[in-house]
Amino acid sequence: MIAALTWLLLYQLTGEILAHVLALPVPGPVIGMALLFLTLVIRGHGERPIPKALQQTASTLLQHLSLLFVPAGTGVMLYLQLIVDEWLPISIALIVSTLGAMTVTALILRAMTRQKSGAHHA
Amino acid sequence: MPERITQTWVYLSATPLFWLTMTLVAYQIAHWIYRRCGAHPIANPVLIAVVLLLVLLTLTGTPYDTYFSGAQFVHFLLGPATVALAIPLYGQFQRLVGLAGPLLIALVGGSLTAMLSAVFVGHWLGGSLPTLLSLAPKSVTTPIAMGIAERIGGHPSLAAVMVIATGILGAITAQTLFRWLKIKDDAVGGFALGVAAHGIGTARAFQVSETMGAFAALGMGLNGLLTAVSLPSLMQWLKPLLQ
Repeated sequence: MIAALTWLLLYQLTGEILAHVLALPVPGPVIGMALLFLTLVIRGHGERPIPKALQQTASTLLQHLSLLFVPAGTGVMLYLQLIVDEWLPISIALIVSTLGAMTVTALILRAMTRQKSGAHHA
Repeated sequence: MPERITQTWVYLSATPLFWLTMTLVAYQIAHWIYRRCGAHPIANPVLIAVVLLLVLLTLTGTPYDTYFSGAQFVHFLLGPATVALAIPLYGQFQRLVGLAGPLLIALVGGSLTAMLSAVFVGHWLGGSLPTLLSLAPKSVTTPIAMGIAERIGGHPSLAAVMVIATGILGAITAQTLFRWLKIKDDAVGGFALGVAAHGIGTARAFQVSETMGAFAALGMGLNGLLTAVSLPSLMQWLKPLLQ
């Protein structure tokens, strides 16, 4: 558990250092995720399993991913007035854009994978 | 005796321990309600926990900064949790390789839809510029959205709130929407949910299936990268249109 957490933090730290040194617009943890993924691919080519401790720690963290958003979400209290003042543009923009993005992504992906599997069968 | 209680409260309410514990307690209650509702998407645990904490903070007159000094320890774990998303992703490696092309094209379509529709719908309905700039990065995970909002001139913490509202909305509506669109492949639905509704969508996707969760993690990670790279320059162009 602690060893796995150390690895996760080391990847995050490396990501953070790279982001700063190279002035990348992407935050450190996302670079850390990409680096860890690359490491696993190079190490196992998609076949070798992930070390057990790492697997367990990751699934514990990800099982309760929702919890980690609670502190930032509670920040809504700082903006209650602004949200009351601009409730209409905010709520409609959120709804249209969230449902729109899901629909567009899903439909493009389905159309393209259907084509592909269709070609496969033919 | 009542004086003692007041003193204890004054002491406790200022320590990180108290608000850290309250954050976890609120989440446990929210999670209990969520399970009691048969993991129904409307009983979203983030939504319930935030409402409980808002009530508690309002009743005790506690400022957000005091609350966050305790809750930051939970917030911090977003970093290592983001790194950990590499692991379910690796579990889907074989499928990823086969789907690389379609995934990237769907990503670009979904990501542009998220950014542009939020900004233009908000503008059309009279949203102020700082609000629009805080809405623009709403589909990517909190730390990325806060960084982007700061760069383009929005409010970082308002952006975080928009991000979380988006995540809750996506998590609540996804399965109904996919049923309606007749999306049956968990990989397709998961990817769309991750692109549109980041970590909260991903948390929901893991509840449905491991495959859905892994593809949501991929969608979330890729959209985080794409939005972080493209949004600052996109907003340079769009800003004159929004004045």
